[in-house]
Amino acid sequence: MAITDSRSSTSPPERSGLAKAFFDARIRSIVFQILTLAGVIGFFWWLVDNTITNLAARSLSAGFGFLDVSAGFGIGFTLISYTEGDTYLRVFAVGILNTLLVAVVSIVFATILGLLVGLARLSTNWIISGVARAYVELLRNTPLLLQIIAWYFGVFNLLPRPRDSVVLVEGFMLNNRGFYMPGPVPQDGWGLVVAAFVLALIGAITLYKYEEARRDRTGKSFPAISSGIAMVILVPMVVFLATGSPMEWTMPVLQGFNLVGGISVPPSFCALIVALSAYTSCFIAEIVRSGIQSVGKGQLEAAGALNLPANWTLRRVVLPQAMRVIIPPLISQYLNVTKNSSLAIAIGFPDLVSVWMNTSLNQSGRAIPIVAMTMAFYCIVSLSVSLVMNRYNRSVQLKER
Amino acid sequence: MRFIAITSCALMLGAGAPAFAQATLATVQERGMLNCQVGLPTPGFYALADDGTWSGIDVDMCRAVSAAIFGDPDMVEYQSVTSAVRFTSLANSESDMLSRTTTWTAVRDTQLGLDFTAVNFYDGQGFLVPADSGITSALELDGATICVLTGTTTELNLADYFRANGMSFTPVTNENVNVLVETYLGGGCDAYTNDKSGLAARRSAFPDPSAHIILPETVSKEPLGPVVRQGDDAWANLVRWVIYGMMNAEELGVTSENVAEMTASADPNIARLLGTEGNIGEGLGLSADFMVNVLTAVGNYGEVYERHIGVNTPIGIPRDGTLNALWTEGGIMYAPPFR
Repeated sequence: MAITDSRSSTSPPERSGLAKAFFDARIRSIVFQILTLAGVIGFFWWLVDNTITNLAARSLSAGFGFLDVSAGFGIGFTLISYTEGDTYLRVFAVGILNTLLVAVVSIVFATILGLLVGLARLSTNWIISGVARAYVELLRNTPLLLQIIAWYFGVFNLLPRPRDSVVLVEGFMLNNRGFYMPGPVPQDGWGLVVAAFVLALIGAITLYKYEEARRDRTGKSFPAISSGIAMVILVPMVVFLATGSPMEWTMPVLQGFNLVGGISVPPSFCALIVALSAYTSCFIAEIVRSGIQSVGKGQLEAAGALNLPANWTLRRVVLPQAMRVIIPPLISQYLNVTKNSSLAIAIGFPDLVSVWMNTSLNQSGRAIPIVAMTMAFYCIVSLSVSLVMNRYNRSVQLKER
Repeated sequence: MRFIAITSCALMLGAGAPAFAQATLATVQERGMLNCQVGLPTPGFYALADDGTWSGIDVDMCRAVSAAIFGDPDMVEYQSVTSAVRFTSLANSESDMLSRTTTWTAVRDTQLGLDFTAVNFYDGQGFLVPADSGITSALELDGATICVLTGTTTELNLADYFRANGMSFTPVTNENVNVLVETYLGGGCDAYTNDKSGLAARRSAFPDPSAHIILPETVSKEPLGPVVRQGDDAWANLVRWVIYGMMNAEELGVTSENVAEMTASADPNIARLLGTEGNIGEGLGLSADFMVNVLTAVGNYGEVYERHIGVNTPIGIPRDGTLNALWTEGGIMYAPPFR
């Protein structure tokens, strides 16, 4: 290529095959992508190879073959039936369910509590807002692990022994072995009640959708929500009575060392739920407060000028706008609860980390597969929670057109 | 975003492992320090004094190895690690040896990259209950809530024992023995189970030791002893023969007090042990008189036992007539001959 040529001509200079490919942005990007992919694959291959080589060098066993071996240890609290002779895979399932139970129950309590405290902080009554503020500042500024241990040793471990149980309401008892409540035993015909409930629920949702469409079309409104709630409660109740109340309850009674019968959760579960819910509720309270305060005062005044009823103002003016501010940080809090539930290990609640990453890892010695499975579980849970919540967030977000 | 999340999950798996080090003895000598892993402080076995010094029967195994290598029992860096991570720590070469009431089992010996050297205490699992509970036998524990250390053979034996006897139990588990003992003392469980020596040791530190009894049943075999990483036979030999040397010394009547005069002994067995005849130390990479150093600094097996867990200590585990007596006195402490 002569320099004079390129200078004198305005069109790109003629290039041979290889050079042409090099200066072609499309081909170039494909080449770089292939190189990057090869690099990534090579890197992961090196990681796996390095791990296998080093495990062999230390004569440590690897692989997933241990999953169908009998685990041989007891677990204090399980949602599915588990006996000491069951396999490690079963232990994994038990751990996952316990972790999810803690996460779901804590999220429900934390959300309710957080909403109440958040609203209390906005109260014009200075006692209510002051108490709410003290609650938030105290709990969110101390370490969660400390709170969990304090609840466990300071409260639940100091409760009386089973024979002196604290009876809250008939059938609901609290002692240093856990919290006991009556357990439902479904009888013949319970299936019909459940079916009636599901149908009523579908009906209520359909009614709400219809009411919304009708209102958009005609401007006429109809109390769809309260009639929907009435439907969901009344229809199953009628079926329940018609089929002769097909549900019996077993009561916890003292037998030998402990209370037997009913449903029970261990003290470590109670301590964990109380600590996690209280801690997270502080953050949720602040999120709720910030969300509500973000709605301009003019919006409320406009709603008042239109003479909207108070609950409409809240439901149709304040909340939709507040939600846009609330949802994204709320997602993070829900994810945090799920991950923080792994602190259960400190007080011995058999969640996934305790029963799988700790006990099973020790008993089987298979560190790599067990750590990998645990991390995969937390990754999957966190990613799916954020996927669902992000989708919801998109639906309430401002639609910019 | 999602890709980064997945990648970082995967990345943590491959945290590079250091290349396999040279022979352990050479590493220890170069470092000038023996890294010896013990557990969370337990009276009698690995107790931690207020001034930060460690003592106990298992600690003396570390001190003996240190004396054999350096001629000084205090060239030891003690690593106090929870039982849950003890084997990982050893496998990663963080510790050179592990001396912490660890039970010798087939799975541990064959699948976890461990080498058990010798048994320095024969133990068995038992149950500790409050004396006022009225329980007199482990067979009365059906339906009980039981505190147990997680990741131990104890946890498995507990399940086996209840399964074998058709009884049920609710375990309360934790990896921290102090949390468990607090839970037990607070009434959070009906019984606390561990090796009987461990129960006696823990009980000695209770506010009122006499308010708790150890049930008579022994539900398992627990041969305890120091462990090393598999793959360095010379190092395993060294630890093993230091312990056997201490047992042989007791059998031959060599103590920390009389070891100096015993070097002049005409008994060929004693002469071989103390290195005045033959050179057993050479095969271990040590000086010929390494046992003189061990015995001067630490003493023989019987001395170590009586000093830390014998009847004259707060732990008070009798030795006469038990498995832990020498074979010549009706026990099964039997070291192969030092020749």
